[in-house]
Amino acid sequence: MNRTSLRRAALPSLVALTVGLGLSACGGDSEGDTTNGTEGGGSETLSGSVAADGSSTVEPLTSAAAELYQEEQPDVQVAVGSAGTGGGFEAFCAGKTDISNASRPIEDDEAKICDKAGIEYTELQVATDALTVVSNPEVGVECVTTEQLKMIWEPAAEGKITNWNQVDPSFPDLDLALFGPGTDSGTFDYFTDVINGEEGASRSDYEASEDDNVLVDGVANTEGGMGYFGFSFYEENADSLTALQVDSGGGCVEPSAETAADGSYTPLARPLFIYVANKAYADQPQVASFVDFYIDNLADVTEAAQFIPLNDEQTQETADTLSQLQ
Amino acid sequence: MAETMTASPAAIRSSARSHDNTLLSVIFLIALWLSLALAITFLMTLIVTTAIDGAGRFDGALFTEYSSQLSPETTGLRAALLGTIWLMVTTALLAIPIGIAAAIYLEEFADNRRWYNRLVELNLQNLAAVPSVIYGMLAVAIFALVGVDRTAIVLVGAVALGLLILPVIIITTRESLRAVPREIRDGSLALGATPLQTTWRQVLPSAVPGIATGTIIALSRAIGEAAPLLIIGVAVTVRFDPDGIMSSFTAMPLQVFNWTSESRDEFKIAAAAGIIVLLGMVLALNGLAIYIRNKFQRRW
Repeated sequence: MNRTSLRRAALPSLVALTVGLGLSACGGDSEGDTTNGTEGGGSETLSGSVAADGSSTVEPLTSAAAELYQEEQPDVQVAVGSAGTGGGFEAFCAGKTDISNASRPIEDDEAKICDKAGIEYTELQVATDALTVVSNPEVGVECVTTEQLKMIWEPAAEGKITNWNQVDPSFPDLDLALFGPGTDSGTFDYFTDVINGEEGASRSDYEASEDDNVLVDGVANTEGGMGYFGFSFYEENADSLTALQVDSGGGCVEPSAETAADGSYTPLARPLFIYVANKAYADQPQVASFVDFYIDNLADVTEAAQFIPLNDEQTQETADTLSQLQ
Repeated sequence: MAETMTASPAAIRSSARSHDNTLLSVIFLIALWLSLALAITFLMTLIVTTAIDGAGRFDGALFTEYSSQLSPETTGLRAALLGTIWLMVTTALLAIPIGIAAAIYLEEFADNRRWYNRLVELNLQNLAAVPSVIYGMLAVAIFALVGVDRTAIVLVGAVALGLLILPVIIITTRESLRAVPREIRDGSLALGATPLQTTWRQVLPSAVPGIATGTIIALSRAIGEAAPLLIIGVAVTVRFDPDGIMSSFTAMPLQVFNWTSESRDEFKIAAAAGIIVLLGMVLALNGLAIYIRNKFQRRW
């Protein structure tokens, strides 16, 4: 229901944007070989293809952008893959894609590969995710500190921390049943980095799956269950899971769109990015046009895909970064 | 000797059915039935629960709409269905002629005393057992060599799947050729036909039912493959119809895979419906194979 009304609201603004974008598109990309200039009057029909791949977390967002974009440029073929953040960068730095979706910033060794291949890129933050720590509702714990999270998930906990009351005497006497993403996931990289202090350092005796729905089912149906994944998977299953508040020194903060956007949900609010290949943006008008559309309509896109939108400051920053590219 | 060998299993079976009523053999028979029932129960449970999960989405939109984030309740398989059709036709055009030609060479013309023919033969048997992921990597490597960077296109997918099913096509074709009686070849040659004419006009037409059956079974294996397509980086969200072998595309298994990993329930329902559609496609192909075998099979 919410979505339908959203679409209706978004439509007039889209129409207005079509005109605006058509005008701005006319400026930069008149010499591209994939451009088919048609009717005059400032609107231009583009064709050609845009290839995006990368994080499966960000994929729905870029797909939603592609879907909205299609309403004004039906002939541009936008294909979005979900190889994972790491797999996405691998393809991106080999020149196979124009846009790479990422749920964490590019790593040094990935950046080196891009440099070597002569691929220059621009990082644009497109949304925020509240990485959510959940427990089975029966556990009855409401708030954990980041130290307690580290105690549970750090490599040294393997085989030792097996009961909730080992973490805090006030916690119930229940076996810990841990669920988390596999090691290929950007979510895993981010969580281990900010909680355990080192990317990739985690205990390994937990139930791992790349499919967040498996983690949801696991935590919801296991006594003493605990896990972590992206906010949207908690939101869809809020009736069968408890989202734990996180205390990083300034009191307990619950994960929500508001606390993630205003920065109070630290350190687990994480930025989501797209990486744009500068050369593709400069040479291929349909790539430039799609990226411009994506960023100009970021608020509509994030709402359509039910992501947490950027705050004003972040939106401005992303727009500024993009304008440097233009 | 051969007579008794072929007769004995039948004799054992009939004795188990009618005469041999010892307790042990009855228990054994029940155990066999139970294992069969167990396997079928699991399969039917899976199919039925999936069909119930997807029951809400067997509508027109499932087939005519693209995958949609904006209106997940009408998300559809259009791009995946068309992509799978493009992929299967291209795969068939690549793999079938090469596979049949290779089989004819190996069966009718090759001298298997030569080391290189024996090497090919050995490799064929091994290739049939190679995991499908490897063929995806091979296809990417081949196209990287000729300078194609964008591998997420129909042609690369078809090459990967074509390589995957080639050994199966060759092996089944050789078996159908071998089943054509020696006398047909001898008769043709005796009437003055060249070996090429004999193969082309006598042996090959007689072997067509077997070749067609094997080929279709191979294609129905390829249609459900996701792993090689993931390796070549095939997209999961495509909102346009593929328009050629150089076009980006998505395919049924990948679309289903993508939907199952979405957080919203609408996608999970659509995924279940998609699984049943894919199952229907595989069953239809297998049904076609059985039809061709029954309709055209000749006995000598």
